[in-house]
Amino acid sequence: MDKPLGPRGWTGVLVAIVLIAVVVPVLNLLVPADSVFHLDDFYVSLAGKILCYAICALAMDLIWGYTGILSLGHGLFFALGGYAMGMYLMRQIGTDGQYRSEMPDFMVFLNWKEFPWHWALSDSFVAQMLLVVLVPGVLAFVFGWFAFRSRIKGVYFSIITQALTFAAMLLFFRNETGFGGNNGFTDFKRILGVPIDQQMKVLLFVLSGLVLVGFFLMSRFIVGSKAGRVLQAIRDAETRVMFSGYDPVKYKLAIWTLSAVMCGVAGALYVPQVGIINPGEMSPAASIEIAIWAAVGGRGTLIGPIVGAFFVNGAKSWFTVAFPEFWLFFLGALFIAVTLFLPNGLVGLWRKLMRRGKEGEA
Amino acid sequence: MAQGSWRRVGQGRRSLGTGLLTLLLAALALLATLAHGPAHALTPEQALKIAEGDSDERIAALAQALSAGADQADPALGAFVEALLADEVKLAGGRVFIVQGDAARDAATGQAAPLPEGAEDVVNNNRIRRALEAARSALQLFSSDAAERSRAIDGLKDGADEALLPLIDRAMAAEREPGLKDKLEQLRAAVMVSASDPAKRLQAAQLLGESGQPATRALLLERLGVEDDAGVKAALTASLAAVESRLAWGERLGVLFSGLSLGSILLLVALGLAITYGLMGVINMAHGELMMIGAYATFLVQNLFRQFAPGLFDAYVLVAIPASFVAAALVGALMERTVIRWLYGRPLETLLATWGISLILMQTVRSIFGAQNVAVENPSWLSGGLQVLPNLTLPWNRLFILLFAALVLVGVALLISRTRLGLFVRGVTQNRRMASCVGVNTARVDTYAFALGAGIAGLAGCALSQVGNVGPDLGQGYIVDSFMVVVLGGVGQLAGTVYAGLGLGVLNKLLEGWQGAVLAKIMVLVLIVLFIQKRPQGIFALKGRSAD
Repeated sequence: MDKPLGPRGWTGVLVAIVLIAVVVPVLNLLVPADSVFHLDDFYVSLAGKILCYAICALAMDLIWGYTGILSLGHGLFFALGGYAMGMYLMRQIGTDGQYRSEMPDFMVFLNWKEFPWHWALSDSFVAQMLLVVLVPGVLAFVFGWFAFRSRIKGVYFSIITQALTFAAMLLFFRNETGFGGNNGFTDFKRILGVPIDQQMKVLLFVLSGLVLVGFFLMSRFIVGSKAGRVLQAIRDAETRVMFSGYDPVKYKLAIWTLSAVMCGVAGALYVPQVGIINPGEMSPAASIEIAIWAAVGGRGTLIGPIVGAFFVNGAKSWFTVAFPEFWLFFLGALFIAVTLFLPNGLVGLWRKLMRRGKEGEA
Repeated sequence: MAQGSWRRVGQGRRSLGTGLLTLLLAALALLATLAHGPAHALTPEQALKIAEGDSDERIAALAQALSAGADQADPALGAFVEALLADEVKLAGGRVFIVQGDAARDAATGQAAPLPEGAEDVVNNNRIRRALEAARSALQLFSSDAAERSRAIDGLKDGADEALLPLIDRAMAAEREPGLKDKLEQLRAAVMVSASDPAKRLQAAQLLGESGQPATRALLLERLGVEDDAGVKAALTASLAAVESRLAWGERLGVLFSGLSLGSILLLVALGLAITYGLMGVINMAHGELMMIGAYATFLVQNLFRQFAPGLFDAYVLVAIPASFVAAALVGALMERTVIRWLYGRPLETLLATWGISLILMQTVRSIFGAQNVAVENPSWLSGGLQVLPNLTLPWNRLFILLFAALVLVGVALLISRTRLGLFVRGVTQNRRMASCVGVNTARVDTYAFALGAGIAGLAGCALSQVGNVGPDLGQGYIVDSFMVVVLGGVGQLAGTVYAGLGLGVLNKLLEGWQGAVLAKIMVLVLIVLFIQKRPQGIFALKGRSAD
């Protein structure tokens, strides 16, 4: 088994941790606002958001880049994790809502007298955090079991996952489902009794960053392990793996469920930072964007999806301010350009350039 | 369709609210008729009574004038009623004048007369207005034009009361057309069911059971609520059951039709996919946007006709059909040449690239035409509908799409199975290298085939523009559904697509009637996922021994 990282890799991880856990909090919270070194709140929350996206991209890479299964429904798992977190945050509002009621505002508005059954545990932080992991995990496991067992693969699988998230979106849009309909959850006030202010947001940012680093190391470990080798073999020639005596279903199911859980965690970290969750996160377009982050950065490398998430979302926040009407042109062109010219993404391009540079030196 | 019938039910209820009062008036009117004997022309006294006094008296006078002189369709009375409805009647010194523009004439004699100083307007409240409208319809019962008589009967359905019974009887005696006679009989029953005589009500209750009108159901329900005679009540219940079972058929057929209609749209959408995905194996996520281009092409053609040939506006659809095909096919050919060509055999990459194309197409349309929906108007021959049952109207535009889908299906089937291009497409699909070896220009065949699929998407867009909104997001709503059709139907042939499209449409509408639109859609998606468990290759799988 390979070592997860070489010395350079470990240095990189260390630098990332320092950057996330020390540099950003200091620059944002301790450096005075009029200093040139002050980091604006806006950039912290943007970066925090993108860190969560990067977790999704990493999860997508495990299932797509390493196992060859393109999921167009990862936004669903992300949103489910977010909703599980959101339910807890809604309960934390307590009686500070618009209607001064124990119930969340939208339930008062719908004239509900008591919580629906799936809100039973919503008051407990521990229970909801378990649900953040369990709901996406169990759903992914059940769906994956059905899908992989009957050998649905390739484009079929992609389309069915898209239908899955589409159906879930329709379901969550309904008020009767008990998740706030098309407005979703918003207007959060506290976590664990602590108000969500800038300090809390920086804390969440640090947490997201550390979770990303943790997931990165875990993925590194998985990819380098024997099971990781089997996954890549499944990607390249599933039938041969099967004929060699392996059962691809088990491997696919394991990595698929893990990937969904990662997305759920990302969603749970995302919701308190942006302060809203609604069914729009389940739209097929949102899920397909996760795939493009991974593709832009470079599939089949673990650093690629993180780079891709930062590149695409950074470009998005710049475009939507500077040239709002051109953002979709850019995104569309990115989809096409990456698939046509950059099959290995930005990381692949970088490696190619480095290799050329070295050859040039030699 | 549903809206129309609801409105009618609503009106029926409102008119019944005044029923009791009119009962009383009817008795008055009957007395008046007996006392005066039949008079054949509108007298100045009658005109005055109709124009002046409190509402009850005026309505009674109107009923009396009607039953006295209507069998000859007294033109003076007709003109007077029309003038009252148009607020053209004035009163001065006990005489009634019809004032049109500057000219005034006596309402009864019709002779021109100078309008005296201080003439007052005759004001009609809503109740009188309804009575006047009923009177107008009643007078038209004796028109020589059958269509006008039919309209008159429909008009009376909501406003008739017992006072008009003698009139209706006379109209029935004079009526020669069997269809209209039946309608009159129904009308008579509807009026009589609220008569004061229980025997009459019983007879009417039984007669009403032969109707299939939604309004009759409402009428029967209403009467059931107020009826106190046990015999009549039983007859009403029996009739209600009969009417409801007849109406249920209309509703069932209505669901079936809307299912077929949705199915035909899905079929049109999926036919294009059946070629690009089914035959060529290209996942085209921009398929919906190609439909949108077809719809916008229709919109442009419509505007051109409106601007340059307003007289030929009705014919614009005939030009829009080829135009939408060509527009979408050109975009499709461009897509194939520039992007898709390089991605054959890499379906997942194709999926992402075509998604990118769809974003660009959507934003392009948004930049050119704006983010708002644009208005595409039906030509006159596609608006309205074919009335099959009293509560079932099949809209022409949906019937047109049904036919259109069938024609496109036949066209595509013939193209694939009978033409040289179809032969090449099938050859390239089955064995690209072999086809190339025997001299087929596979690259060109790919372009043509993809353009064909795109063009059919354009046709679907043209059809959709006739039933729904046309906006930049038009395609998005259909893309999941249409891929479901292809997945369910199986890859590689058209028959599966047809069955899957129509089947999904009908299933969707059936479930919609039962559980509402959103849950129906979710149930359909779940059913498809479960179905694919059993038959991963779709309804009609190609048989083979491939391990993949």
